[in-house]
Amino acid sequence: MDDAIRAGTTRITGAGGDDVEAYVARPEAPSTRGGVVVIHHMPGYDRATKEITRRFATMGYDAVMPNLYWREAPGADPDDAAATARAGGGVPDDRLVGDVEGAAAYLRALPSSNGRVGVIGYCSGGRQAFLAATSLPLEAAVDCYGAFVVGTPPDGFPLQVKPLVDRTPELSCPLLGLFGAEDSYPSPAHVEELAEALRASGEEHEFHVFPDAGHGFFAVDRPSYRPRAATEGWAAIEAFFARTLNA
Amino acid sequence: MCTYATQIRTVEGSGKGTQGWFPLQTASVYFDHPVHAHAEHTLNIDFLAPDRGPGARVALELTAASARELVDAITAALASAPAELTS
Repeated sequence: MDDAIRAGTTRITGAGGDDVEAYVARPEAPSTRGGVVVIHHMPGYDRATKEITRRFATMGYDAVMPNLYWREAPGADPDDAAATARAGGGVPDDRLVGDVEGAAAYLRALPSSNGRVGVIGYCSGGRQAFLAATSLPLEAAVDCYGAFVVGTPPDGFPLQVKPLVDRTPELSCPLLGLFGAEDSYPSPAHVEELAEALRASGEEHEFHVFPDAGHGFFAVDRPSYRPRAATEGWAAIEAFFARTLNA
Repeated sequence: MCTYATQIRTVEGSGKGTQGWFPLQTASVYFDHPVHAHAEHTLNIDFLAPDRGPGARVALELTAASARELVDAITAALASAPAELTS
């Protein structure tokens, strides 16, 4: 079988040299290929995001998803870990960047690596994908409905984040953005503000705003799932990574 | 949308989780995506005891209408008790 994949849990070296749990999925066929770092959504390192990670392996990429809540909640159920992380103020930006850096280094050190690594994130991970792409040398970045790349968090916001749009000129790679027209965070106005910043600094980007879709339209196990947006979104991701990650 | 906004309160009392009763320390209250409830957004409450680890948690995901009913019920229950017991 040349479409077989192998997936399971490993450890990578994350921010600060920490040993961090990560879920890895790789094609078994011998080949040289790109890698994808998957940044999970706020609900955590869960079954749905592991399925997404395996999907990238079926698409022919080595994929790895670090458990961003490993420090606060090692071994905990994903929902308990997410609750603990939320109560503690979320994932600090510098730690996120260090964990993605470690994940990218892990991928590039694989014997199958062609040296090219992309990052994709969902929900809070969409913002974090943008953050990683403005902080690290990467070949591709995908922002799936990430809030607060532009715009300011509401009052009482517990997470330690700030808008990132000023970092746009520091993007190291092309950016694919996938958004829902009915989302409020980010709203269509937020998406347009980011697109304008990208145009102003001449950054390569491709944005899709799907009608009849709000936040979380890729999430097949939630009422927010929108099959048409998700199907077209996956097609855009596949074409984007084929263009940016294949040497 | 992800609302993110979270109210955190220190609480005193007990909750029953997967490993039995434990003393509660904090409550996180937020309106955001649920993990299990079939709604796009719910009012979520995590009763936590951080000293005992992430698994020391009693979680609720309520529709907005149910959450308001619960607020009314709590207020009514407290009001129905003698004031000297609830002060």
